[in-house]
Amino acid sequence: MKTIPTLGEILQAQGVSRRGFMKYCAATASLLALPPAMVPRIANALEQARRPSVIWLSFQECTGCTESLTRSSSPTLEGLIFDSISLDYHHTLQAASGDAAEAARHAAMQENMGQYLVLVDGSIPMGNPGFSTIAGISNYDMLMETVDGAAAVVAIGSCAAFGGIPGANPNPTGAVSVQDLVKDKPIVNVPGCPPIPMVITAVLAQFLTFGQLPELDIHGRPTAFFGQTIHDRCYRRPFYEQGRFAETFDDEGARKGWCLFKLGCKGPITYNACATVKWNAGTSFPIESGHPCLGCSEPGFWDKGGFYAPLSTGKFGSGEKLAGAAVAGVALGAAAAVAGRRRQAKYTKEG
Amino acid sequence: MNSKDPIRSAIPYRRGNVKPLLNEIIHALDRLLDDDEPTVIDLASLPFAPGELEQLEQALGRGELNAELDALGKSHIRETAYPGVWWLEHRNTAGEIVGRYIEITRTPEILMSQDADIGAGRAKLRDSFEDTGNEFNKEAAK
Repeated sequence: MKTIPTLGEILQAQGVSRRGFMKYCAATASLLALPPAMVPRIANALEQARRPSVIWLSFQECTGCTESLTRSSSPTLEGLIFDSISLDYHHTLQAASGDAAEAARHAAMQENMGQYLVLVDGSIPMGNPGFSTIAGISNYDMLMETVDGAAAVVAIGSCAAFGGIPGANPNPTGAVSVQDLVKDKPIVNVPGCPPIPMVITAVLAQFLTFGQLPELDIHGRPTAFFGQTIHDRCYRRPFYEQGRFAETFDDEGARKGWCLFKLGCKGPITYNACATVKWNAGTSFPIESGHPCLGCSEPGFWDKGGFYAPLSTGKFGSGEKLAGAAVAGVALGAAAAVAGRRRQAKYTKEG
Repeated sequence: MNSKDPIRSAIPYRRGNVKPLLNEIIHALDRLLDDDEPTVIDLASLPFAPGELEQLEQALGRGELNAELDALGKSHIRETAYPGVWWLEHRNTAGEIVGRYIEITRTPEILMSQDADIGAGRAKLRDSFEDTGNEFNKEAAK
């Protein structure tokens, strides 16, 4: 069996100084949304960590999730994390193709039986196996064969986590999510269309650092990133509390950066970290760029009655109550958000 | 304004993040002076409005000490106008911000020479010394 170097050994071989390593650990703590006081513990754990084998399966997807992950310039700290895992199969990124690629997948599974991670982007078509195949293997067969010896599965993006766009009404391929099929392995959902790249790497960093998966919410999402709504952390929220809204994309409210609730913002019912982690190396997030949140990290986001329809007029019940509460002040505003969330939970349960 | 850090927007939002942070820093200075306990505030976890980070930076000002670290990308470590309050920015090799912190401490840990690096440096110097010595002896024997 091959000897797998520790991360400390890898970094030492690369000539990374202890200062550089401490900087790396500080960034990792920040990435994992852990307090800076955890940095020494992270340093100790990372020094001893060994590269896990990762098999990435892409099914009915647009490659946007991979695009998101690879968007950072190389080499980056996130890149270093990826240098520190063994990405043994990813049919978009790997050089091998056909039988050679499938041989690499089988070799990684055999050499790391019970210990490798499976990352999946894209949904799985159950209507007809021929709707989506890789090397002549149906998505379903490849998924079930690969996860059999896995330590855990990470569903990347809303398609793998919840069915996503392929699963949207009328769902012509019978698309389902990973958690609809895999019942006997730990699953982490990292939804988003696409997910924030830092959130993808954070899940891997958590596994690498502590050898365990993060704490999850009721939809299987890491609470460190999906524990609060976009609305909870939005810098425009004070305008919501004051009842100041943009009514169109070019009115005074839009120019002054007021709340986008009436333009269809799904921030009050969407759990994600966009408002703090942000996108493109911390540049901004959709609301900061003047566009409402689409709610892309929530189950069934594509079928919720229109991106530009206010929550108060969508499938979320009494619109007048929500909109009324939104203009009536802090207490009622918070109640509206809670009401929206309850309706969201109901909607999700009912499918 | 740094083109690699477009979060520093000129839009004058004031959403109230600056004042509570300054208050938190005052309490952290209390802990440093009274109990010798340092504090680190991770600014990445806070929902800053456009321009607010710049307001915070301006409020803290610049002090006497400014250091640059070159390890896995540049880092800038500088003391603010308030002694014991440090502003740290870590960038990756592409120049992108990967961490931004306020440390309330006497000297940020990352400025200290680390034992592992001191040990590696000593071994390197020793090797260099021995090589130089050998060269010198060869020259002297001619």
